[in-house]
Amino acid sequence: MQLIAESLAAERSGELVFSDISFSLDKGDGLIITGPNGAGKSTLLRVIAGLLPSLGGSLEFESGDSWTGLADACHYLGHKNAMKDALSVRENLTFWQAFYGPPHMTIDDALNYVGLQSTADLPFGYLSTGQRRRISIAKLLINYRPVWLLDEPTAGLDADSEQVVSHLLREHLDDGDIAIVATHLPLGLEGLKELKLELHP
Amino acid sequence: MALFLREIRLGIRAGGGALVGVLFFLAVVAVIPFGVGPDLNLLARIGPAILWIGALLASLLGLDRLFQADRDDGSLDLMIIASHRQMLVLTVFTKCAAHWVISALPLVVATPLLGLFMNVEPLGIAAACLTLLVGTPAITFIGAAGAALAVTLPRGGLLVSVIILPLVIPVLIFGVAATRGAVADPDPFLPPFLILAALSMFFAVIGPVAAAAALKHSSD
Repeated sequence: MQLIAESLAAERSGELVFSDISFSLDKGDGLIITGPNGAGKSTLLRVIAGLLPSLGGSLEFESGDSWTGLADACHYLGHKNAMKDALSVRENLTFWQAFYGPPHMTIDDALNYVGLQSTADLPFGYLSTGQRRRISIAKLLINYRPVWLLDEPTAGLDADSEQVVSHLLREHLDDGDIAIVATHLPLGLEGLKELKLELHP
Repeated sequence: MALFLREIRLGIRAGGGALVGVLFFLAVVAVIPFGVGPDLNLLARIGPAILWIGALLASLLGLDRLFQADRDDGSLDLMIIASHRQMLVLTVFTKCAAHWVISALPLVVATPLLGLFMNVEPLGIAAACLTLLVGTPAITFIGAAGAALAVTLPRGGLLVSVIILPLVIPVLIFGVAATRGAVADPDPFLPPFLILAALSMFFAVIGPVAAAAALKHSSD
């Protein structure tokens, strides 16, 4: 499995956000994207996920398996949690599991992993910010995808939960999968590549 | 299928707004007899048209939230990313089908009661129900394209209505023509009814394709 980006560039409403971004990730590689607010971390992730067109450059993804493309093989965790307030946690996760195809882990196991099994039957809207984030991290586990694109996964989390996320990422990478994480907090992970975005003048 | 169930659940839970359309329909049709006066013949004559106009306006009400709710909480992004596995056109079609069940089907159910208000004869009420049942899917599917176009706009509700109104006029014309054809003798029922059915099927194909194309380019 390989993910290679060459001189990617993107613009938002006519203004260049970043240009000439290159990286290459092999099996088990993680990439941390850092940089000040507005440097284009989220934009880069959205370009990689295929939600935004890139202005130039190329993005190549080779999977050994049956994945048809990067969009097919990735989990994208954006700023928003993609959960409905009116539905219970279990209903939300059940929907995404069915939507994403073959399940990887049961919902109870995934909730156990993030330590929120007691909230399964509460409406998602009742949870606190940190709990909501942890539920969407549990969403990464219920279906298997080799590439994780995480945008500030630890936003709003307490120290213990940050540990859980680091641990989860470590396991994901040790399995030979790929992760790209935009963050400005140190995740306590070693051996990751780092990509620093600068504010564009 | 999971998406269909989720949408239905969302619609009937608090804040889903499934009943808002019916209430609006009820309000519009119920005030007409008071405004027009107790002329039973006149009411019976304009009854089918009023029923159709009320149902049309009521089904425009919730349309702007069709995709905006999913956009606001980030679900739409994931649906667009997943479009290799779950074709976006099918996703849109499923959402439309669920939206029709929770917002248009109650209108059809409420029609007999409101038909009584308008002194429409039983055959006419049956015809109104049948034409609404066949015609409202067209409104939903056209509306999906409009809602997808306006999804990035913060207050796109009125704009959606204005965009799709010209396209739903034919649906209204043939719907009322068929309903009237069932009660007024020289007018035929079957031809306009079949055209109405054709419109629904046509837009069931075109609408989701157009909406999916618009959604793909909506993300920023």
